[in-house]
Amino acid sequence: MKKAFLEIYNGLKSLFIGLKITLGQFFRPTVTVRYPYQTLKIPPRFRGHIELVRDPATGKPKCYVCKLCEKACPSDCITLDGVKPEGAKRKTVTTYRLDFTKCSLCGSCVEACRDGAIRFSRDYNLASTNKEEFVMDLFQRLESEGFQAEPTPPAPIAAAAPAASQPPAAPAPAVMPEQIKVEQEAVK
Amino acid sequence: MMNYLSLHSEPLRLVLFLAGLMAFVGLNAAYLVWVERKGAGRFQRRPGPTEAGPAGLLQPIADALKLLSKQLIVPDGVDRTLFRVAPLLMMSPAMISLAVIPWGQSLAARNINLGLLMIFAFGSINVMAIMLGGWSSRNKYAIISAARVVSQNVAYEIPVLLVVITTILVTGTMNLNEIVANQAGPFWKWYIFRWDLNPLAPVTFLIFYICMLAETNRAPFDMAEAESELVAGAYTEYSGMGFGVFFMAEYANILLGCSLATVLFLGGWQSPIGILPGVFWFLIKLYFLVFSVIWVRWTFPRTQFYGLLNLSWKILIPVSLFTLILSSALVKL
Repeated sequence: MKKAFLEIYNGLKSLFIGLKITLGQFFRPTVTVRYPYQTLKIPPRFRGHIELVRDPATGKPKCYVCKLCEKACPSDCITLDGVKPEGAKRKTVTTYRLDFTKCSLCGSCVEACRDGAIRFSRDYNLASTNKEEFVMDLFQRLESEGFQAEPTPPAPIAAAAPAASQPPAAPAPAVMPEQIKVEQEAVK
Repeated sequence: MMNYLSLHSEPLRLVLFLAGLMAFVGLNAAYLVWVERKGAGRFQRRPGPTEAGPAGLLQPIADALKLLSKQLIVPDGVDRTLFRVAPLLMMSPAMISLAVIPWGQSLAARNINLGLLMIFAFGSINVMAIMLGGWSSRNKYAIISAARVVSQNVAYEIPVLLVVITTILVTGTMNLNEIVANQAGPFWKWYIFRWDLNPLAPVTFLIFYICMLAETNRAPFDMAEAESELVAGAYTEYSGMGFGVFFMAEYANILLGCSLATVLFLGGWQSPIGILPGVFWFLIKLYFLVFSVIWVRWTFPRTQFYGLLNLSWKILIPVSLFTLILSSALVKL
């Protein structure tokens, strides 16, 4: 009998404790990142789809069409081709087709590349209603970016460092992305 | 004491009250959804709806437009009449019951002596509406939900009625205006604090509140529309405004339950400090209770079905019977 009453009392008490905790949360600031208006800082080693790396000296792609990436790709999503210009020692890339619908972002291509000619892009605004948009020509993408005489760090991992950040390609937010810090705190 | 709005034409007065109540229920149903979503957001440290209008204030209108523009699908092989009638049957008792709620000293659509009885008489129709909706949908989830609603409401009707009988013993009247008038004075005159008349008055209020949550099928007692198990329960087959009316009726019932709790236990339109009674005190108390309903919903997880029935049969009914016996003994003394 006493046990039953104690159970009711403790149960009821625990309910009120729960209510107190949620009310405490109610009056604390929200932690939502309102995405199109606010964005989080991308981690330095973010692995997006691959992109070609520019040779800082010439402004041309570093890639010399050895096709190791094509061979390394487990899902056959890379097709590339190039020409050997008159008097040049190596080929230069002319088309670099990435079928992103098949890509699993394993990064084997970046590992296979001997010269650090491809790296992970930091572009994550990739939503589209059109499947064809995900079959992209990375060479044209690089060309369309235009060359800024800014030295890019060579090694793949270092290349993904924040210094190499590029202007966002796909639907850029209308409002300037504002870096906001998310409070990391354990809920007591 | 009971002077109504100084409009002498009775039909005009009733029409005005009808329009006013319908507008009140409609507006509240729409904006309580907004409050609920904002509240849910804040309890989870999200901002809630923000895009439609300032602070998402146009969200209910956008939702209503969406629901209104949807096709009303009546599935094959359902009982068409019952299927269509069920949402209305759920909405109308709540609206009718609001007619006897005294909003202010001289503001009530109807001042009838059996107001409390009337509310509970119409309140039972609510259960039947969900049951009919579930039954006529010809959908297994809806039927399971209907069965749950019936057993849940049978279980919770008993403690709520025992609690109300206790209150009637204390007040000696079923007229809601008189019940509120009896609580005149500072807050310790409210029935929730009248230890002298009913030593377990706060417990009585708590039982009433829990039963109100269960009868309106609100979380943590929302077994009827347990999304994770029953899709949308009895509402599964309803589209467009069929669902919209059910949804509005849910909020209308919450509003009714909270108004009743305010009238019976929190002194209705009486002021807590004894001066300046008025409609706004009623509304403050009402919306505090409505907020607490939202607060409870976003705090507790859904109970299991046997837990829900155990709570009623093993705890609420014995306790409310005990309070009934106790306060009737006190009345006799």
